[in-house]
Amino acid sequence: MTFRKLNISKYAIQIFLILWAAIQIFPLYWLLTFSFKDNAEIFQGNMIGIPSIWRISNYKSAFMGGNVGRYLFNSIIVTGITILIVSFVSLMASYALIRMRFKLQKSLQVVFMMGITVPIHAALLPIFIMLRSVHLVNTFWALIIPYSGFGIPVAIIISSGFIETLPKELEEAACIDGCTIYETFFRIIAPLMKPSIATIAIFTFLHSWNELMFATVFISNPKYKTLTVGIQSLVGQYTTDWGPIGAALVVATFPIIIVYIILSKQVQDSLISGAIKG
Amino acid sequence: MNKVLSNKKAIVFFLFPATILCFFIIIVPIIMSTTYSLSEWDGIGKKVFVGLSNYKELFLYNKDGFWKSVINSLIFAVGSVFMQLPISMILALFLARGVKRERFYVSVYFIPVLISTVVIGQLWMKIYNPQYGLLNTLLKSFGLDSLTNNWLGNPSTVVFSVIIPVLWQYIGYHMLLMYASIKSIPGDIFEAARIDGANGFQTAIRITIPLMKPILKVCVIFAVVGSLKNFDLVYVMTGGGPGGASQLPSTLMVETIFHRNMYGYGSSMAMFIILECFIFAFVIRKAFREKEQL
Repeated sequence: MTFRKLNISKYAIQIFLILWAAIQIFPLYWLLTFSFKDNAEIFQGNMIGIPSIWRISNYKSAFMGGNVGRYLFNSIIVTGITILIVSFVSLMASYALIRMRFKLQKSLQVVFMMGITVPIHAALLPIFIMLRSVHLVNTFWALIIPYSGFGIPVAIIISSGFIETLPKELEEAACIDGCTIYETFFRIIAPLMKPSIATIAIFTFLHSWNELMFATVFISNPKYKTLTVGIQSLVGQYTTDWGPIGAALVVATFPIIIVYIILSKQVQDSLISGAIKG
Repeated sequence: MNKVLSNKKAIVFFLFPATILCFFIIIVPIIMSTTYSLSEWDGIGKKVFVGLSNYKELFLYNKDGFWKSVINSLIFAVGSVFMQLPISMILALFLARGVKRERFYVSVYFIPVLISTVVIGQLWMKIYNPQYGLLNTLLKSFGLDSLTNNWLGNPSTVVFSVIIPVLWQYIGYHMLLMYASIKSIPGDIFEAARIDGANGFQTAIRITIPLMKPILKVCVIFAVVGSLKNFDLVYVMTGGGPGGASQLPSTLMVETIFHRNMYGYGSSMAMFIILECFIFAFVIRKAFREKEQL
């Protein structure tokens, strides 16, 4: 009797989990399928099924007429450079904050920690004004600089936690061997920090790639728009043509998903550690 | 060694870039915003100091439906804590106790978190589309024509309709945090509970959940503060409409500053959002601390 009860509840749980997985995935499946259909097919019967013809022309329209290629490129540039800056800058800063010695060390640590709590809304207008005064509006830097600024506090916390786990003997040995502090950092400590760099990269990537508010406000020139904003314009262009819109949305989404499928454990760990430390 | 570590030039070298960036991007703007919120300014002409009158207009005269936007953000916050977190919790509990294909489910549930809100917004707009949308089409195919609606265009259904994707997206995120937290509980505790005869439900309520308090605190703070700050999805799906029915403080702020050039007034909204988030985070931390002491 007890065995049968166990089996039923195990099945029930599996069914529930599968149902929920379907709920999470279904919108994506729907997106993928309608990105290959044309309006006639979507609206007249085959709304959720597999497309009867795989219309790659939708993707062509999105890339050519809709400029998706340009937007994708812009997003890659902005996000890539932001990740480089954030990693480099935070690693250095956290080394100084944790390992070096100076007055104000503790207070600076607290200041950076408080940096996470600031919602970006307050900074929207002032940063816009600052960018305007140095004529950086409508350039990549208009996004790279703010994204980096906001990404640094979290990155510092992540890398600080990591540096604390490195044994001090390493630096002492380097010192005895006559290394300057710069050599110690760049030759010995930094290479060991690769795992935290991966974590920081993932975190920064997610926040920059998908960011909308700053991207909408700071860049109005289509040449420089990132994917998030670009898609909004594209939708304006193709309002009733679901196929190309779907294609653009797929281009914006599936790279991340593919990276995630390959690196799922790292991505999950990265976000968990970011949350716990914060 | 000490001397090496106290090398002032090196310290400055290492700290300078981060400090400069954060100073100009985080600290200076807050000061600037505070100043703006106390003035009247259209961004081009002169700035006129008006003291607290912007705040008076916001709170006392309720210009532009500010109160509605605050209420909406609070509805989001309540929804995320009482609808989203329990679902995340149930999923985390099931997955962490050990089921087949556990890793697969965890990974799949997390996918919506990674998708850009623009994509989610556009996608759900298609689901909600009154003529061709998935939702109405499904309802019609079940013969439930009377339930179909203009989900995003109808002031009485819009807030509810917008909340669903917001919750849908982040359920996986909270679930992941909770799952990790449960996994870090030593297995012996569960063993002991089983020996003592506790079934799954009792174990969850009496043992697992209390041990998850630190992560629960993080989740509640994220959920609440995230709701209060929410911008992307609402901006994409409704722009705050129809007629301000789905307005949030952040969307109202962007509209005020950049469409109506009311820099001072808009900055007071920004300051409100910051203070609101700060206060809620503080209160939630306090509430959890008291529970710990019990």
